[in-house]
Amino acid sequence: MSTYVLPFEKTIVELEKKLDELRSFSEDQDLDISSEITKLETKLEKERVSTYENLTAWQKVQMSRHPLRPYTRDYIHKITTKFIEIHGDRLFSDDQAIIGGFAYLDKQKVMILGTQKGRDTKSNLECNFGCPYPEGYRKALRLMKMANKFNVPIITLIDTPGAYPGIESEERHIAEAIAVNLREMFTFSVPIISVVIGEGGSGGALGIGVSNRILVLEHAYYSVISPEGCAAILWKDRSFAEDAAEALKLTAQHLKDSGLADGIIKEPLGGAHRDSDAVAAKMKSSILKHLAELQRMSSQELLEDRYNKFRAMGVFAETPPDESS
Amino acid sequence: MAFFGKRILSFRNRKKDTPGGLWDSCPSCKEMLYLKEMKEAQGVCTHCSHHFSLPREDRIAMFADAGSFEEWDGDLTSVDTLKFTGTASYTDKLAENLLKTGYKDAISCGKTRVGGFDVGLGVMDFKFLGASMGAVVGEKVTRLIERSTEARMPVLLVCASGGARMYEGLFSLMQMAKTSGALARHAKAGLPYIPILTHPTTAGVMASFATLGDVIIAEPEALIGFAGPRVIKETTQQDLPDGFQRSEFLIKHGLLDMIVHRHDLKQRVVDLLNFWMPESSQRPVPVDGPMGIKQEDVVEAPTKNTPAKRRKS
Ligand SMILES: [Zn+2]
Repeated sequence: MSTYVLPFEKTIVELEKKLDELRSFSEDQDLDISSEITKLETKLEKERVSTYENLTAWQKVQMSRHPLRPYTRDYIHKITTKFIEIHGDRLFSDDQAIIGGFAYLDKQKVMILGTQKGRDTKSNLECNFGCPYPEGYRKALRLMKMANKFNVPIITLIDTPGAYPGIESEERHIAEAIAVNLREMFTFSVPIISVVIGEGGSGGALGIGVSNRILVLEHAYYSVISPEGCAAILWKDRSFAEDAAEALKLTAQHLKDSGLADGIIKEPLGGAHRDSDAVAAKMKSSILKHLAELQRMSSQELLEDRYNKFRAMGVFAETPPDESS
Repeated sequence: MAFFGKRILSFRNRKKDTPGGLWDSCPSCKEMLYLKEMKEAQGVCTHCSHHFSLPREDRIAMFADAGSFEEWDGDLTSVDTLKFTGTASYTDKLAENLLKTGYKDAISCGKTRVGGFDVGLGVMDFKFLGASMGAVVGEKVTRLIERSTEARMPVLLVCASGGARMYEGLFSLMQMAKTSGALARHAKAGLPYIPILTHPTTAGVMASFATLGDVIIAEPEALIGFAGPRVIKETTQQDLPDGFQRSEFLIKHGLLDMIVHRHDLKQRVVDLLNFWMPESSQRPVPVDGPMGIKQEDVVEAPTKNTPAKRRKS
């Protein structure tokens, strides 16, 4: 079913192939080799568990970029009904790298938006490989302001390698587009929940990520810089991305442990693309659970909660003045 | 931290002893400069107006009314919270930069008086790990803004940054949100905020507090942008336009309010504070102190704000 094999999946794929061969052989020849088949099945299952349950940080980054992984639009269709897509920033264009609109999560009205990747050359060109231009962030801001106006909770789905580093991005002030979103997201008095569904690439991710709850899919990552970018600067060689991924502590588990993520949404064995309905269902119930908690808060409490959440992020030491000389 | 180090040459570090005294050559016009002269000129080339990077104490002295700066949170120190594994240990890097600069992190903050107005002032220092923003920078900026909000003071932030503090991972990124949240409250209280963008101001700092000013001022020819020019070139495989991401490019695109020569910076800030702040909040200005400014002299915008000669690059 998966036609795209990650480097660490080779053994699994080989075993799968062997098993298929064995099965068709037994059918063709009408031979009973069921014990062989069972043995192989057990071996395959063991291999799957030991591989997928123990992914390294770099393997998770690869998984988060898997081209068959469900994207924002897939989740919107799987978890919501009556989606009304809203378009454009009313200033320059309709950036397809960020999509969103009104929808229902069961009976709950929400504004759902997120960064969108493409699956083939055509769709990737349309959405710029999931790298938003300034227009994308301004479109997101327009949608969120509208949600705030109509008192509708905001759900943001994050899956981007980062904001687009291009000439036009700078000319139209990508830094301002992100900065304004960061500031404005602190002023919305509705609940905001972010889910990192794939790549949480730096400022481009945070630009729609100032929320009351940050949820991360099991094999998604969220980082200040891509492992390749970090390797290029600190190791002076992009091929050290694996080391950089490890050092950056960017996995869902690390983020949960350090208090930067509020919850992990478990993926099926082998990744979200193996059973996207199952992961969507888990995501939906997790969002609804957190939403229910947040909806018990007043507008003022929601603002305070969001402020205090980010206010507390950061570890440092402070020597009291009376102890220093 | 994408470093733009080759252009960041503090004249203090390049000084050479010669029989004639201490001198240095300007990277822009190649003229010989006497360091004493340069210091008096606040790190501006006396021949071509090239703006050198300025040590943070000089930058503070440039804005603060004589003797008015009172430092806040100078003891905040970065922690290797990720136990970063890599080519160099974060702890070693921090120690090395403490030794090099005499400071514990990349920003100094405090309360000061500017033209008689109490102001929350922050000064970033490129020499400390490329003025990258980690938890200490984020916390100090946030405390500066929060306390200024409480005391109803304007905030003035001299920005510089070469990139993220990668050693702190996602904690580093989140400082962008934290500082922006504090600015939302400062703005809601109706208080003015002026970021001053110096060479270079990029990345997370640029995509947060450096860009959220009521009025944004830049020094001439500063490199200002989100992504570094090298990254943009590599990603797009395009040649970058002439003067791309320099102050003059940004103002042409409507992304800045003004480019102000360093010698006129304080005056321009005082002009704005005079306009924004109630007269009752202004205290007498010591006219004899260094850079003291007489209020009655504040009439017109200075005329000396033409950008310096374009550098050959
Ligand atoms: Zn010169």
